[in-house]
Amino acid sequence: MPSALIKDYFRTDKLPQIWCPGCGHGIITRSIVSAVEKAGLDKDNVCIVSGIGCSSRAPGYLDFNTLHTTHGRALAFATGIKMAKPGVKVIVIMGDGDATAIGGNHLIHACRRNIGITAVVFNNNIYGMTGGQYSPTTPKFDKGTTAPYGNIDKAFDICSLAASAGATYVARATAYHATLLTSLVQNAMNNDGFSLIEAISVCPTYYGRKNKKGNAVDMMEWQKNNAVNVNAAAKLSPEALAGKFLIGEFKNSPEPEYTSEYSKIIERLKKEGR
Amino acid sequence: MKSKVRLMQGNEACVEGAIIAGMKFYAGYPITPSTEIAELSAERLPLTGGKFIQMEDEIGGMAAVIGASLTGVKSMTATSGPGFSLKQENIGYAAIAEIPCVIVDVQRGGPSTGMPTSPAQGDVMQARWGTHGDHPIIALTPSSVRETFDLTIKAFNMAEKYRTPVILLMDEVIGHMREKVQLPDPSEIEIVDRKRPGCCEEYFPYRPEEDLVPPMADFGTGYRYHVTGLVHDETGFPSNNTDDVDKLIRRLSNKIEMHKKDILLWEEEYTEDAEILILAYGCVARSAKSALKTLRKRGIKVGMYRPITIWPFPGERLRELAGKVKAIVVPEMNLGQLVLEVERICNNITRIERLNKVNCEIIYPDEIISKIEEVI
Repeated sequence: MPSALIKDYFRTDKLPQIWCPGCGHGIITRSIVSAVEKAGLDKDNVCIVSGIGCSSRAPGYLDFNTLHTTHGRALAFATGIKMAKPGVKVIVIMGDGDATAIGGNHLIHACRRNIGITAVVFNNNIYGMTGGQYSPTTPKFDKGTTAPYGNIDKAFDICSLAASAGATYVARATAYHATLLTSLVQNAMNNDGFSLIEAISVCPTYYGRKNKKGNAVDMMEWQKNNAVNVNAAAKLSPEALAGKFLIGEFKNSPEPEYTSEYSKIIERLKKEGR
Repeated sequence: MKSKVRLMQGNEACVEGAIIAGMKFYAGYPITPSTEIAELSAERLPLTGGKFIQMEDEIGGMAAVIGASLTGVKSMTATSGPGFSLKQENIGYAAIAEIPCVIVDVQRGGPSTGMPTSPAQGDVMQARWGTHGDHPIIALTPSSVRETFDLTIKAFNMAEKYRTPVILLMDEVIGHMREKVQLPDPSEIEIVDRKRPGCCEEYFPYRPEEDLVPPMADFGTGYRYHVTGLVHDETGFPSNNTDDVDKLIRRLSNKIEMHKKDILLWEEEYTEDAEILILAYGCVARSAKSALKTLRKRGIKVGMYRPITIWPFPGERLRELAGKVKAIVVPEMNLGQLVLEVERICNNITRIERLNKVNCEIIYPDEIISKIEEVI
């Protein structure tokens, strides 16, 4: 029996989803939907946009206005939606390659504009849909099918990237920290401007197998043992933080939102009788 | 009631037409020689309750236009060769997902950065086949400032009527040329809006009606449907079923094919007694017209066939005319692109003579006259 959340917010006739056994994407998708439910949003007024890749299949299972776009371009499509209809709640789901490689330009500019979009990057450190090639978030020296001798690229820190590009809300959680993820997405949706959540997923099929990370449970265990909340980290020594990664809320500093700034121009022109 | 006479350039007329047609959203990226279209849209749209956004790149411009159109607003972007190349993937998206939108390409010399401030007609084939896969496309080519105004409105109307991307294929000469124009009274202009579903029945976003066009619901109005660039069935969800694939790809094509009567536009001059036919479009048609007048004065029976819709190509009437003339002369500012259609349709019926110029100068009337003297 599906839970009330699944029944009310998923297109149950489209389930089961296509993701591999052990994939973290299902948990992350559920966390997003749970945040929408908690926020009490009207389904008719929510628009979920995705690019191309494993994560981008998520909107198809969700009972909202859903748009599965081209690789890397989800934020640009979403920008058109938000500009044309600012009243719509726009959530964008992207993968790590989708958001930071082919779509990197759209990402930094959506951050810079502070347009009212909640972006969730499902980061599984690999191109899963095409079978395990290294992505901009594959850790240095890890392997992918296109890095058979180890990846020499330095990985992006998506949260630092988004924060310095101007996103006004930035946070990170993992598939293991699903409850935290839900509350972060909720906070993100409360921010009028551009919010970015990095949701660290697990890909046991490609990234895990190629890099001897064990099965899905082992990989989730690793998330549990190595994630440190940013608030707790402040009190820890550099030695204690060695090899760990941070989760939690990194930035929450609201600024005027892009489409409302544009509306102000329209209002001003009206007042001037133009 | 007619509006007062104005002096304006083609790019300006394009924006005037777009505003009259109901454009409420423009997204684009600056590129010569189309930039005035972006500049004027930025100025005009917020005055009419519309929105303008300068995106981070050409690809984003095309994507935002599709997103905006999904919410129910008429949307346009403008570009030139290099940008037109970048937009192609998302033009294909608009074709398969059936999103109405207008893409203006003010042609310049190519390939690559080419000749940014000079005219050419090198994008004829890119307009037809620039995006991958079999897909429908409509492309219109104006040859005057006034016609740019009219065709921009027609481009929006066709995009809405047939749920398809429509390309307005201008060239640098038409875009930057200033002419005296008298615009029609807006009340006399036909404006078409897309079909929307009735309020309460179950909605299949890709179930076509008799005209092969499915009604389109605006995002955010209660229909909660799915849109994808993957092959999909009439529910809008992806399908790997080979019958569904066949059905969709054929319908997309047939939906344009079956409305050719409405879509195909052309102009004829002196074709009733013509022995030599000039086939010209865009700015070259202006030179052709001048050549035609000179030659007629000399008693040479020359006529002109000017395709206004170039994709799909208005070939049936051309074939009829081909049977009556000794030769068709096709002047083009490329190495022979639209002439391939003429050859396909008229081979073995009449002689086809090419006149090609690729130095990014317009083809002058004298050059057309010399060619015709050579042919007769």
